[in-house]
Amino acid sequence: MRQRNRFVTGAAALLLWMALGGMPGESMGEDQPAAVNTFNRLMKPKSERNLPPPQDGIHDPANPGTGLLQPPKEAFANMEPLSAGNYVNWVESLKKKRITPRYDRLDPNAEAVVFDLDIVREVKGSMPDVVYPHDRHTQWLDCSNCHPDIFVPEKGKNQISMAQILMGQKCGVCHGKVAFPVSECRLCHSKKKGAAPAAAAAPASQEDAAKAAPKRAK
Amino acid sequence: MNTLSKKTWRTGVALLLLSSLCVLESQPAQAEYGDVVINNQSDAAGMRPAIFPHWFHRIRFRCKVCHADLGFKFKAGGNQISMLKIIDGEFCGACHNGEVAWSVENCDVCHSGKPGTPTQVHGNTVQKLIGGGADKPAEKKQ
Repeated sequence: MRQRNRFVTGAAALLLWMALGGMPGESMGEDQPAAVNTFNRLMKPKSERNLPPPQDGIHDPANPGTGLLQPPKEAFANMEPLSAGNYVNWVESLKKKRITPRYDRLDPNAEAVVFDLDIVREVKGSMPDVVYPHDRHTQWLDCSNCHPDIFVPEKGKNQISMAQILMGQKCGVCHGKVAFPVSECRLCHSKKKGAAPAAAAAPASQEDAAKAAPKRAK
Repeated sequence: MNTLSKKTWRTGVALLLLSSLCVLESQPAQAEYGDVVINNQSDAAGMRPAIFPHWFHRIRFRCKVCHADLGFKFKAGGNQISMLKIIDGEFCGACHNGEVAWSVENCDVCHSGKPGTPTQVHGNTVQKLIGGGADKPAEKKQ
């Protein structure tokens, strides 16, 4: 009896702690000075992620059509998680066939034209080098989406800085808007500096590029 | 047993109060990452701004379908979309024609934004850094 009592109190305390952890920090008004020092003040707690449209602050709850829209949480239930963006790992979800987005507007069976070439960019700072995987990008995009307007398809011709990316240029045209944001450093900065190219993650050479290129021909 | 249930009851009430507090707090916009608000003409025309849910479409189509085949530029509000073009089968109208997806008579499914919401990609990095819309942060600063 006594043990059970202690267990219940413990569980209640845990729940209480979780509820407090889930308190929105940002939303506390100025009339509640005690709340300004909440833990992780600028981090969105799980309770505020993927809100249904009528509660998301942008959709008008008074609009009849808003109620017809799907809540994102429902759509994301079976997808792979990520700690930022939509809190969904789109690339992994596609790979594991949790979603089957069409590659053609009308043809549900059209196969993506995938170009498999990793580009390694040696970075100046202390961060690991960047490995840019063409295959994961061409699963979603067409060459013309990036080349030649955003990236000149030539080695050494593209100056890229994190400042540009943060301001929505280069990689930032998508990353930070719809694709995973820059908070996920290690998804791009993934190759240890000076490490011998491992067989699996070996950067493909220009010859590989030449071999793979004819696949793109339509 | 009596003290136990009393304690449980009290904790339950406290939890309920706390959770309702969390829900009722008025929030800044928390829309889905990548939701595009398009308000080039809507406000002036007396319509709610249109909201394009990237995530919903991404589940059904690869980026390439709209951004390469249909010619949508990677820029919120940068596509000069109008209802006339949509009805003529351009932009959204390539699918929202009653064949691939539901047709234009469902006005308020797209035009569902709070009036006055500026054109933006919601939750984008520039917005987080300096506020405002996606592509013209300085002008749209709130």
